[in-house]
Amino acid sequence: MNAPVTTIAFTLDGRTAIALPGESIWDVTRRMGEELPHLCHRPKTGYTPDGNCRACMVEIDGERVLAPSCNRKPAPGMVVKTGSDRAVAARKMVMELLVADQPMRTSTHDAASLLWRFATAQDVATSRFPAREAHTRQDLSHPAMAVNLDACIACNLCARACRDVQVNDVIGMGFRGEHHAPIFDLDDTMADSTCVACGECVEACPTGALMPKSIVDAVTQAGSRGAEQSINSVCPFCGVGCQVSFKIRDGKIAYVEGRDGPANESRLCVKGRFGFDYVVSPERLTVPLIRKPGMPKGVNLDPANPLTHFREATWDEALAFAAGGMKRIAQANGGKAVAGFGSAKCSNEEAYLFQKLIRTAFRHNNVDHCTRLCHASSVVALMEGIGSGAVTAPFNDALKADAIIIIGANPTENHPVAATYVKQAAKQGAKLIMMDPRGTAMKRHAAHMLQLRPGTDVALLNAMMHVIVAEGLIDENFIDRRTTGYAALKAHLATQTPEAMSVTCGISPDAIRAAARDFAKAERGIIFWGMGVSQHTHGTDNARCLISLAMLTGNVGKPGTGLHPLRGQNNVQGASDAGLIPMVFPDYARVGVEANRRKFETLWGVPLDPEPGLTVTEITDAAARGEIRAMYIMGENPAMSDPDVTHARAALASLDHLVVQDIFLTETAMLADVVLPATAWPEKTGTVTNTNRQVQMGRKAVNPPGEVREDWRITVDIANRLGLGWTYTDPGEVFAEMASAMPSLTNLTWERLERESTVTYPVKGPDVAGEAVVFHDTFPTDDGRAQLKPVVYRPSAELTDADYPFVLTTGRQLEHWHTGAMTRRASVLDALEPHPTAALNPKALERLGVRAGDSITVETRRGAITLAARADSACQEDMIFIPFAYAEAAANLLTNPAIDPDGKIPEFKVAAARVIPNLE
Amino acid sequence: MKTPETRRKQARIKPKGRSLDGQALAEVLALLGDHPLRRDLLIEHLHVTQDRYGHLAARHLRALAELHRIGQAEVFEVASFYHHFDIVKENEVPPPALTIRVCDSLSCAMAGGEQLADALATLTDPAHIRVQRVACVGRCAMAPVAIIGQKPVEQATPESVLVAAAGETTCTMPLGIRLDAYRGAGGYGLLERIRSGALTEDTLIVTLSNAGLRGLGGAGFPVGRKWQSVRSFPRPRLMTVNGDEGEPGTFKDRYHLERDPHRFLEGMLIAANAIDAERIYLYMRDEYPGVIALLRREIAALEGVGLINPGYIELRRGAGAYICGEESAMIESIEGKRGLPRQRPPYIAEVGLFGRPTLNHNVETLVWLRDILEKGPEWFASQGVNGAKGLRSWSVSGRVRSPGVIIAPAGITARNLIIRAGGMADGHTFKAYLPGGASGGILPASHGDLPLDFGSLTDHGCFVGSHAVVVLSDKDDMAEAARNLMRFFKHESCGQCTPCRVGTEKALTLMQAPRWNTALLKELSAVMMDASICGLGQAAPNPVLSVLKHFPEEACA
Repeated sequence: MNAPVTTIAFTLDGRTAIALPGESIWDVTRRMGEELPHLCHRPKTGYTPDGNCRACMVEIDGERVLAPSCNRKPAPGMVVKTGSDRAVAARKMVMELLVADQPMRTSTHDAASLLWRFATAQDVATSRFPAREAHTRQDLSHPAMAVNLDACIACNLCARACRDVQVNDVIGMGFRGEHHAPIFDLDDTMADSTCVACGECVEACPTGALMPKSIVDAVTQAGSRGAEQSINSVCPFCGVGCQVSFKIRDGKIAYVEGRDGPANESRLCVKGRFGFDYVVSPERLTVPLIRKPGMPKGVNLDPANPLTHFREATWDEALAFAAGGMKRIAQANGGKAVAGFGSAKCSNEEAYLFQKLIRTAFRHNNVDHCTRLCHASSVVALMEGIGSGAVTAPFNDALKADAIIIIGANPTENHPVAATYVKQAAKQGAKLIMMDPRGTAMKRHAAHMLQLRPGTDVALLNAMMHVIVAEGLIDENFIDRRTTGYAALKAHLATQTPEAMSVTCGISPDAIRAAARDFAKAERGIIFWGMGVSQHTHGTDNARCLISLAMLTGNVGKPGTGLHPLRGQNNVQGASDAGLIPMVFPDYARVGVEANRRKFETLWGVPLDPEPGLTVTEITDAAARGEIRAMYIMGENPAMSDPDVTHARAALASLDHLVVQDIFLTETAMLADVVLPATAWPEKTGTVTNTNRQVQMGRKAVNPPGEVREDWRITVDIANRLGLGWTYTDPGEVFAEMASAMPSLTNLTWERLERESTVTYPVKGPDVAGEAVVFHDTFPTDDGRAQLKPVVYRPSAELTDADYPFVLTTGRQLEHWHTGAMTRRASVLDALEPHPTAALNPKALERLGVRAGDSITVETRRGAITLAARADSACQEDMIFIPFAYAEAAANLLTNPAIDPDGKIPEFKVAAARVIPNLE
Repeated sequence: MKTPETRRKQARIKPKGRSLDGQALAEVLALLGDHPLRRDLLIEHLHVTQDRYGHLAARHLRALAELHRIGQAEVFEVASFYHHFDIVKENEVPPPALTIRVCDSLSCAMAGGEQLADALATLTDPAHIRVQRVACVGRCAMAPVAIIGQKPVEQATPESVLVAAAGETTCTMPLGIRLDAYRGAGGYGLLERIRSGALTEDTLIVTLSNAGLRGLGGAGFPVGRKWQSVRSFPRPRLMTVNGDEGEPGTFKDRYHLERDPHRFLEGMLIAANAIDAERIYLYMRDEYPGVIALLRREIAALEGVGLINPGYIELRRGAGAYICGEESAMIESIEGKRGLPRQRPPYIAEVGLFGRPTLNHNVETLVWLRDILEKGPEWFASQGVNGAKGLRSWSVSGRVRSPGVIIAPAGITARNLIIRAGGMADGHTFKAYLPGGASGGILPASHGDLPLDFGSLTDHGCFVGSHAVVVLSDKDDMAEAARNLMRFFKHESCGQCTPCRVGTEKALTLMQAPRWNTALLKELSAVMMDASICGLGQAAPNPVLSVLKHFPEEACA
């Protein structure tokens, strides 16, 4: 039974009004149709009304002074007057006081600000008060944001944005009285502060004191948030799936605001908010290119100047050349000589069409994408353990959890908006248990920071499970009802004592016990993991342990609990769902199962190959061996993202025919025979599926440059030149076909997505919300139970030795996405992180005789790169961390291609390396 | 790849923001000793750092942020809120070793405090001595006052200050009655009787209500009712004591504490007992280092004889912020934050310190408890005159012959207080008076026969507040007096709400015109009183309105 809703009856301007639970007077007046002026109040999730600006004052009978309607709750029988002379005079006087010290409206930083809107609404155009002495606190140090405190009204929304909402804790309200103003860190410049440029403060600012630099004049600082058009879409970067609003002026994206999507509730990070001008980069591919005869293939040209190695071609010629080459090789060498890499950056519809093209045109399953490089191992473990590869609960459920494990993930950099929910939860008192070889930014919020030795996750997790079993902290009821294999797991764990495992993982037995107890004793526990778990030769084992840990403690199937592999790419979930995986058709239908094959043969009208196809690294190997002679690569950059990229580049260069479809001349496109220019995300319409299983609509916001075409259209054109006879004219048609074949998309239609922008699957009806948390009673396994699998610790494939004493680990950084193709061409992101660096512990640098900023060469058995040293105490003393986004010092020249036997994922996270200082 | 103009020239060679300095971390750790790293102790931690190094270096603040696991901004906003902290960034020069603080609040200003400050500024070498003008330091009877380091110089002249600056600049401990003597004279017998259950809480509440004892910090809330209210909310409950006596013209709390600290402490423990307080937080203004030292010694003595458990009374130092005399701002400050007054409801009796039901009392209120309980409510109630009840400690300063604390009946008139203060100073004729410090408005001599009590001056737009009576004479410029007060409010506004932060600044600007814009000032005053969050902004217009009402000719010269 639902608890009765307590409403409060009171009198508002002579009428009876009903306040719903939690509503303020301001909320009620707005619901009843009047928006009282508000400046310091931002009616959005995460912002607590503060009542400091006093622009929303109302009169309450029997009270000596007026009350701020935004943070005053009605009481039964209260008589509130918004229109009394006192209230009206006070609200107007507040505006007049503020306007007195504002820059002239005609030259202010945001002519469309909330302040000026409410000033105008109350006929306050000027002020009778003299302005205070010109206030010149200005900070233009940051590449993305302009700080002009002459417009500041000290409402502290920026501080609440930074601290309560994004929990970055950079902005404070410094000083007192008339000097009261926002400061960064210790009153440092924004650029020198710990600011991560999420821009939440800019979006919250009601006056223009904080503005995106892209919409203020660089000299006069005059500007406005006005826009000709607002297009609702989704951020193109990570798997969080933040909804955005592209603000369009003169046919271009002027700035970006967060939209109230289920994943982000209006929050964004630096990439989503400020990383959009890659779209208008002069390096965009605008016409099809065909390699000039005889030009050597290599990562050997300037992407800004492709005509050194390529010539321009018409679409007809390029498509004929692209398709003709694949056709010719397939005819000569068999279909298996042609393979495809699709992309997790394209839409669901594009992923679906791409795998359909490879499977139906060439009659095999050699089609894969970068999921192989990110969560393949997690998906294998999840499919085996609980029968489903997707998350069991949204990351936002962190707010409902009492204990949160984050292992092998650095969400403040890689899933920044998801991180905000975890940080909020920790602030509210949830116990955060961080496990990572690096002491990342989350450390400050963690109750437990377990900085384990790289690659020893199994040892640590087994020891935690040992403690939970040995101390009787298991959820017996859950284990009995929902799992199989507990006896074997228990027997295995008996030897995995904290003392025994401590030697391997480097965490003290006491710390292991304390963390295990906090997690097991929590009413609700949720587990997040990232590529620090998956990108190992034992990545599947790592994930198996996490599944067991959740099951032992009964932490799946209710709010605030679950297993959540934080997906990397914006559409890696969707591309995987759509079948861009060599072993399965859409919706993870195994290709070897006849019924699955028959279903898709009926739908697609051609016989399909029962053999699982090759994975990303296997395709590269087959190309190197000459078995694969042609490839069609859509939006992927294996020449940067594969491990041991020297090998991958050579393999790609050895192909007889390489078709690359992309927005820039990526390192992979440099190796192509024909390059097809495709649309960037804001230039097309399509759906994507985020880490939370939310299918979201991306809408075209701007026109593409030159002759650029949408990826789906190019794929259709190639398909037709390969004789497939496709007739799709719109992504909606493609979605309808997908939905007809994918049970997961039941009750999801294109029209619904157009209307609602986002729908979580699974969804039980055409007009009900989807299920955020799944597996309440049963798992989609054969027996409905989760399978617990004991796991033995195996060391990483390559260990340190006297020659290679450092552990190299790779990953991403906040500003740069994946291989950097987009972000390094986004001016703000490039300005923030312009050059490749190798992070080492300051003590390691000291030992090496190297200062931060000095040039070093990092070398492994596969290659060497030269880059600047970065001092970062987050690294253990024998660790090196290098982001893989930089072509000029590509980390993947160094990484180990050894793969996990089950997930076939390479071991990006551990390689033995040495450091050679480069003397000046 | 293109090179946009905004590109950093260099690779980022360390994580964003200021790096942690290992040595600074070690220095701060050494200073903190066994201080727990509780967030509410941040201001104490800033104090020990400022005390040791004479300033707060950025590297130390960074280390404190690390230790407290909070953002640097959170440390900075607290440190920069309080006047007694000097933040020094990496490229800045620390302040000189010695600071001379010269009071420029009304009583001192009338006695030449501003000229003293100017003279000292020219006579001292800024490389060695810093001269600061500060708000009331609670020694108004001996105006003008300068504080050399921690040492007060009363009735200061440039010469006497310079002599003092050359000597010892630490404070001296006041000669208060010590624990043994106080107990020897029967002290703490009452507390022990109450603790033994001989007197119930209900009896105490009835007694105090009958006595008419009211909160003497300024608001005058009946003490009995306050206890009842706090007791109606569930345990655990806390008690706070407001020793942040900062209302210009007020020095009575210091007067009592310096003379008879245990009379106050016993009253405090009786009140704490009455509401079953889990702990007492005693917040003393940093301007009274002698009192703080005295209390620290005597609280230790109480612990020593077992009258309280160790740690039961937590003594906290303010850091130079008038607003922390506002009870909810004080609570924020005890929590280690900026002293921003809270919005009400909820009231602190329900949601106070650390979110708990909290009893807050002013020092003097507690001083009276023992006398009332020992001599009976009738005795106390009958002390008042003109319909008022009880005795009050009046801080009398300004143009009288013998300024000081005068223990006199509630309901007394200003004219009577002047007589008790030895009459007007030579050559001065009574012209006006402030009945309640800077906040309570100004009344002309023609209103000198009004009874002074809580609520008695409402019709005149004034109040007695902390009972600080500042007497002005025919030699005083009323407009300038009002400007002095508005300058004080502007300086001490926390800055949180618009009507106060901007209103005080605009009011002062308007008041600096030779002819005040009367209509606009009245309009502004009405909104400041109606729409400010706390009493500071609500009371700040009082002197303006008083001058406009009683001395319009001086505002429109």
